[in-house]
Amino acid sequence: MQVTGAQAVMKSLEELGVDTVFGYPGGAILPAYDPLIEAKLRHILVRHEQGAIHMAEGFAHATGRVGVCIVTSGPAATNLITGLCDAMMDSIPVLAITGQVASQAIGSDAFQEADVTGISMPVTKHNELVTSGERIAGAIKEAYHIASTGRPGPVLVDIPKDILNQQVEWHWPDHMDLPGYRPTVRGHGKMVREALDLISSSSRPVIYAGGGIVRADAAEELRTLATQLEIPVVTTLMARGVFPETHELCVGMPGMHGHYTAVQALQQADLLVALGTRFDDRVTGHLPSFAPSAKVIHVDVDPAEIGKNRVADVPIVGDAKVVIGQLIKAAGERGAAARPSASEWRTHLAAMKQAHPLRVDQPTSGVIKPQTAIRRIHETWGDDAIYVAGVGQHQMWASQIIPWSRPRQWINSGGLGTMGFAVPAAIGAQVGDPSRQVVAIDGDGCFQMTFQELACAVQFEIPVVFTVINNGYLGMVRQWQHLFYNDRLSEVAIPQDSPDLVKLADAYGIPGFRAAAIEELDAVLEKAAAVTGEPVIVDIRVHPDEMVFPMIPAGQSNDSIVESAEEWHARQAAAARDEEVEQRPEVAEQRELDDAGRPKTDLAGGGVA
Amino acid sequence: MVADDTTLLPVDRHTLAVLVENKPGVLTRIAGLFARRGYNIHSLAVGPTENPRVSRLTIVVGAEAHLEQVVKQLNKLIPVLKIVELDATESVQRELQLVKVAATPETRSQIIELADVFRAKIVDVDHDSLTIEAAGNPGKLQAMVELLEPFGIRELVRSGTIALSRGSKSILDGSKVRIQSVS
Repeated sequence: MQVTGAQAVMKSLEELGVDTVFGYPGGAILPAYDPLIEAKLRHILVRHEQGAIHMAEGFAHATGRVGVCIVTSGPAATNLITGLCDAMMDSIPVLAITGQVASQAIGSDAFQEADVTGISMPVTKHNELVTSGERIAGAIKEAYHIASTGRPGPVLVDIPKDILNQQVEWHWPDHMDLPGYRPTVRGHGKMVREALDLISSSSRPVIYAGGGIVRADAAEELRTLATQLEIPVVTTLMARGVFPETHELCVGMPGMHGHYTAVQALQQADLLVALGTRFDDRVTGHLPSFAPSAKVIHVDVDPAEIGKNRVADVPIVGDAKVVIGQLIKAAGERGAAARPSASEWRTHLAAMKQAHPLRVDQPTSGVIKPQTAIRRIHETWGDDAIYVAGVGQHQMWASQIIPWSRPRQWINSGGLGTMGFAVPAAIGAQVGDPSRQVVAIDGDGCFQMTFQELACAVQFEIPVVFTVINNGYLGMVRQWQHLFYNDRLSEVAIPQDSPDLVKLADAYGIPGFRAAAIEELDAVLEKAAAVTGEPVIVDIRVHPDEMVFPMIPAGQSNDSIVESAEEWHARQAAAARDEEVEQRPEVAEQRELDDAGRPKTDLAGGGVA
Repeated sequence: MVADDTTLLPVDRHTLAVLVENKPGVLTRIAGLFARRGYNIHSLAVGPTENPRVSRLTIVVGAEAHLEQVVKQLNKLIPVLKIVELDATESVQRELQLVKVAATPETRSQIIELADVFRAKIVDVDHDSLTIEAAGNPGKLQAMVELLEPFGIRELVRSGTIALSRGSKSILDGSKVRIQSVS
């Protein structure tokens, strides 16, 4: 059957089972938008190409399927770059199809020409400039395969306009020609046995679970392994929900803004069972002092991650689901002997968790603390909802506070830290999983980066709840300026009431609500929850002084974790005193130290989040 | 003084033989990877192989690069088929060098003699110059350059290292990589 290249693109997507594409038409991709009219594809028309790629990411996050976006050449394709990089960092399977100027114009600085395969090379898992109509089906089939297998990631296919217009004989290839691409799935049997030897001889083991557990759909296996061997679990920012937060073995999130106990668990462990995780700097802090007495079992599908930041005593290359399955089976064969004697360790961590809860000092009237807002948001939409965050304080609070209970419940931009991610990613997630309510928890800075996609949500009746934790500041930057730049605030204030988010909602023709005092919060959230079939905006005015704690200052050892602003300021004051004491040794005073060797301070601040 | 064929590479270098699919942009992918990960390339040679679908790169990298990471990152590139580190003692390593040397009627015969010792060829002669072609390992070529310097080197060009393992084994023996030849 003779088809055009453009028809071949549509047929290829249909063959792959793609049912949704996020896109924006334009010159070079025009030929593809004609057969789109008949194609069995739902096209979501975005308002900016960055929105298309983040929606594709949100779709992929929520469903585990490949998110697809399609845009034109030049500026449209370059607008994808942030999202491609984001997907690369967080291993999100995304297929981007870009139009390109006609083959004979390539290299001539033609209108809307950009070297898109060149520009996107470092931020894609793979890309290809298609040079013939016959190649279209193969290129798209291979791109989809590469995006979704091994360590998932973004793949871009760039198709010149003349190729889209070419007449080709339609043929869906039954095999792929990828001699250099063979991801390892199964772990090495000897390594699996060695891992079990290390586990059973450990006394302070911790499972350090990362986003790979989500990508591999291995949460069930993780739960089986952890409970079978009774090993405490930490879940990274990308893995929140893969192990239920309420489970007795769960010790929370490690890292710069992680839970105290999770950070300490890694620091004090004698064995890390690292599953689908990459020892990111936000988790390890100062690398040489990270988990100093721990041996490491590192399971990852990407061999390059093993040994990159931390040497692995037992490296296992393979798919997390398969390798954890192997571990479970091998442990089962060894019976009780496989289990480490770690009951003292578990008791120790449980006691620590009791003694070091998150702290929020929420007054009963007046200002809303952002942490309270996020807790109430979760209480309103519950465990069944999908929560999508932007980047900054609100993201950290949400990750800390919400008692995550299942994978794909939490969607955020971890590796790249892309502000503006939440609005489009939430739309993509809602399109991908209409059975669940998607709730964006965004910051006022982030929201303004991409809120043009509200129009898209309205047009396609995508009923996302957009909550904005509005503190009138670029909060995380302000926090750093406060803590590390002597409170010299530089270009971080953004008016809390401009734009007026309720009027903005009105302009888009959707409901908008505002809560400015704690007394109003519950009623406003209830009203927002009652909205169905259309998007809604909730502007939550929160106290701007609130900071994210615990915190480990960048580049410092995890041992220097600070649990509250009061502790931070007490430590700063103590350091200043020490300096003074050094100058006047006669006034040296003995200060009481706690078990971590830090000066004891009275911690103000009452309630517990 | 004359460097033997088996003279080792400088110990701070690693030689990688990299088989890649012969497709547009592969060299950019590899060069870009080295640049963005901060690895230094000392020399690079690219050319065809016995299979027209496959090109072979020989990359010499400094020991300061974490070789294991270099290899693992290279392996992640889809068109990269196979990477082998070639040990200096277990492989034949060659560079090609062309040197244009100033020559007078008095010095010409001395230069030719010198070239003979290095089994180099005179490939061009003019009134006041000789161009010498020599192949060998970097040590030998460097030694030749040092001896020619007193005569006056006008111009010098040297290729990147190319290398093959010694013995009958091929780089693809025992490999899972299957590349069909174009029939």
